[in-house]
Parts: sequence; C-alpha cells; structure tokens
Amino acid sequence: MAQPAAAGKYSAGVKDYRQAYWQPHYVVKDTDLLACFKITPQPGVPREEAAAAVAAESSTGTWTTVWTDLLTDLEYYKGRAYRIEDVPGDDTCFYAFIAYPIDLFEEGSVVNVFTSLVGNVFGFKAIRALRLEDVRFPIAYVMTCGGPPHGIQVERDKMDKYGRPLLGCTIKPKLGLSAKNYGRAVYEALRGGLDFTKDDENVNSQPFMRWRDRFSFVAEAIRKAEAETGERKGHYLNVTAPTPEEMYKRAAFAKELGMPIIMHDFLTGGFCANTGLANWCRENGVLLHIHRAMHAVIDRDRHHGIHFRVLVKALRLSGGDHLHTGTVVGKLEGDRQATLGWIDLLRERFVKEDRSRGIFFDQDWGSMPGAFAVASGGIHVWHMPALLAIFGDDAVFQFGGGTLGHPWGNAAGAAANRFALEACVEARNRGQDLEKEGKDILVAAARSSPELKAAMETWKEIKFEFDTVDTLDVARAAQEAA
Amino acid sequence: MSSAAMQEYKSSLGDPASRRFGTFSYLPPMSAERIRAQVAYLLKRGWSPAIEHTAPQNAVGSYWTMWKLPLFGESSAEQVLAEAEACHRAHPDHVVRLIGYDNVRQTLGTAFTLPHA
Repeated sequence: MAQPAAAGKYSAGVKDYRQAYWQPHYVVKDTDLLACFKITPQPGVPREEAAAAVAAESSTGTWTTVWTDLLTDLEYYKGRAYRIEDVPGDDTCFYAFIAYPIDLFEEGSVVNVFTSLVGNVFGFKAIRALRLEDVRFPIAYVMTCGGPPHGIQVERDKMDKYGRPLLGCTIKPKLGLSAKNYGRAVYEALRGGLDFTKDDENVNSQPFMRWRDRFSFVAEAIRKAEAETGERKGHYLNVTAPTPEEMYKRAAFAKELGMPIIMHDFLTGGFCANTGLANWCRENGVLLHIHRAMHAVIDRDRHHGIHFRVLVKALRLSGGDHLHTGTVVGKLEGDRQATLGWIDLLRERFVKEDRSRGIFFDQDWGSMPGAFAVASGGIHVWHMPALLAIFGDDAVFQFGGGTLGHPWGNAAGAAANRFALEACVEARNRGQDLEKEGKDILVAAARSSPELKAAMETWKEIKFEFDTVDTLDVARAAQEAA
Repeated sequence: MSSAAMQEYKSSLGDPASRRFGTFSYLPPMSAERIRAQVAYLLKRGWSPAIEHTAPQNAVGSYWTMWKLPLFGESSAEQVLAEAEACHRAHPDHVVRLIGYDNVRQTLGTAFTLPHA
C-alpha cells in the first residue's frame, strides 16, 4: 500500500508546512474532529502556509523533519487544513478549517482535545493572532464523554419545576458575610419564591465563612423554605477548591446534608477537576451548576483566544447541568445572535451550521443530555419579558441585586421576580408578544403584586446599553456595509 | 425609589396559603377565559393533558392521584376543563391540577392548578 510519508528516503531539514498539511481536496470523514480557526498571519506568510502550520503544530508536526516520522503513518495521523475562507469585513485574517483524525484524542478527555487544539500552536511565531472559532466533535467522540450529570429533563423532575424558566439569586455581598447571616439571606430569597440561590464564584472557604459552616446554615435555610412554600429549593454550594481531594470532600458533605445541587468553576478549576466532579455528581444524584470565571480572558478578543461557543461545547462534554451563558440584556458582554447560537449548542440534540449565529459546523450530540442556560449579571424585573423571549423555558434567570436590592428585602424581591416571570409566561402562552408588549404585561401584573410594583419603581431607569466588543464577524461586516 | 411604604412579606409554616403548587402559583386566580387560553396553549403544543388531584396536606412529592387516564388525543379545551370539573366534584376538598405530558422531550410541558368552577 502506498504510504507517501514513509515511502521516500529520509532527508533532514525544514520543509514548508503546506507540502504535507494543506490538502484542499481532502474529503472530511464523519469521524474527523473539525476545527475552524481564525488566523491572523505575520506579514508575508501566505494563507495556505499559515493554515498548514496551524494544522501541523496542533497535530503531528514539529518545526523540522525527524527520522521517527518515518516509523509511523503520518499521512493517517496528521491534521490537515482543507479549506480557507475570508472573514467578512476583515482582511487582516482568514478562517482555516482543519480536520483531525479521531485517533489523536483520548476517549472522553476534554483535557486532551484542548491540549492539542489550543496548545503550543497559540504561541507560534508565524502567526500574529489565532482564535479557535468552532469545533465539530464527531458523534463517535461525543459518545465517549460523560456529559451533563443529569440534564434538563431530569433536573425538572427532581426539582418539580415545569412550564417556566427557573429563578435564582446570587447572594451578596459576594464576600464577607458570616455563615449564619449568609443563610438568612438564602432563606429569605427562597421563601419569597425563588427556586435557587447561589454562592458567588469567589466564595470558597475563606476565614470569615468556612465552607462547612456555610453548607450547614444554607441547608437549614433550604429546609425551612421548602417546608413553608411546599416547593423544592436548592442552593448552588460552591465546591470549587484548591485540590480535587478537598473538592470531593465538600461535595460529599453537601450530599450528606441532602442538598440537591452543588457548583463548580470549570475554567479556574480546570477540565480535569470538572470532568471528575461531573462523574461524581452523576453517581451521587447531585445536580451540578457551572460558573465560567476566566472565560472573558479567553473569549473576548475577536482575533485571539477561544470563542465562547467552543467553551460551551467543552463544558457540555465535560459535564454540567447549568452553564452561565450571558444575558444579552444585562451588565455583561453578549451579542444576541451569537448567544442564541451557543445556548442551542448547550441545550439541543442537533444544531445545524448557521453562520448568522456564528455556528460553523453541524453538531450532533446524540443521546447526550442538554444543560440549562443560566442568564446572570445585572438583570431585574424589567428584563423579564426580553429574557423569556430570548431564552425560552429551559433557562435559569439568575438575579443578584435584582432580588436583594428590593426596598423591602430579599423575600419581597424574590416574590417580585417570581410574579413577573409567571405573568410573562402566562401572557406568552396566551399569544402576547413579549418584546413588544412586555411593559404592558408587567404594568398590568403589578396591579396584583405590591412587591412587583415596588421593584418596578426601584429599577425603572437602569439600562445597560453599550456596544458589545466581540460581535459576530458576519454582523459587523453587515453593519459596516450599511 | 419606591413610593409605597415598606411591607412585610408573609409566609409561614402555619399558613396553608404559603404553599405553592405549580407553574402559575404566584399569580392571582385567573378568569375562566385566561384558564381556557392556558389549556388551549397546552393542546397547541401537542402535549397530552392529564388531571391529577390530592388532599392539600399531601401535595408534597412527585405523585398526586391520577384522575382516570391522560386525555390522549383530546383537542377540545372545553372537554379538558369538563374533566377537571368532574374531578373537583368527586373530590371537593382536593387540589386539582392539569399537567401536559410532552412525550417527545420526556417531561411535563406545564403543571398548574385549576380552581373549582
């Protein structure tokens, strides 16, 4: 059988990457892992050479030929660049599509995939900047990963919540409360009508509130709120810890207390810890909420880093039942079309290529469960109609100041959130247009809820209208042309 | 800032009115027309309506008592509401709820209580 890589004589030295790693006629296999990079090459480096260099450095290649190349079938194992496209409205960079054979990646290892795809290649001198825009995980690889420990449907059944998004609140001030005072804030928010409260991501186990004390007081708060309202409640107990051993110890105590859900920061904690914790959650019947601290460091620059939609896919494979996805309407960055794209990637069974949402590949998730999208950051009752219109039912609307900042306190703030949500769901189901008639819906609802009325008066004037930094390339090009 | 005077938010173990059941449990009682609209939405989504009931003090847990079988293939909101009313008459002290089985997504599309007409 012809094996071009091994056929010839060995000759040492440096070859152009494109000789081996640029294959415009390559027909991608169903089992290939496909990646789309946005490459900004150094001046004078041809596109094909830059694309081939990225393919080589993220797979089998190194800067020079080595004799051991001839001991294997590099023609099979190499990644290859197979397509190049213009980036709309930006001629400093281009898209390169690269196919990798499935053998390059350890089964079930998000860690291994990312070590290859976003490893040394990102510091490569021949390119000025590099961004991983999207990855198509072949179904054969998806099925080797554990995925969300429970998924949307199981969580709904466990928590007994149907027909509407869930409501949460992050307890503030984010640092400094004692465990008992913290539990008080939790109890108030839950008895008022929220489904969940949440540890802020930087609440781990500080001197002012050690984790075990926090867990115990929060558990008491949950039990009391459940008994009072007859509803199931939870608090995302943050088990993110300095070491995996400590993380599992905290998770085990949450389970011992009968708590339904814990939380982890998947980027600062790392994919290894996250995948392990997701497996633990699946085995122990505990839901897993995922925070995304550090994501903006990685995903905000248009030319360099990893797009958030790729981090979403990484999390769905690694495992989590909730993931923060931005709000579109609140205080944090998030373009609407792009957000709709990645919440589909988080929740749906099959997502089609759709450049208008920034999705470069079809993605088949097979039987892997979907996870709830969490909209969090600077939201309050006035945002409710838009949030429901954008996110639909399979989401958690996560308030903070929008509950706790109510002039009558957490319980009234929570009741206002819940009342506004139910009024919006009721109106949507009747056929009202949430985005056009949102204000009328809320004003009418507030007539039956003094808590909602007070909330609407408090936050009437607050808006967060800044342009997003990371707009979709297609959208920016269209805007500039107009 | 809010113009209304500060109010206490009331909820307690001793007050049965603090207990909440289902999707619309914080809204005030709906008019007959609005209830009908919710039933119509359930049917339009292709969910199978089903009626369940329980004594209020036993409303915890996943399972209430089924009223007959789910109304598979039912397309009339009036028929669904008539069954709920029959359930109310048979169990006048019970809470009655309507759920919508979503067989495609393996979940309930909605679950809300229906008042005695």
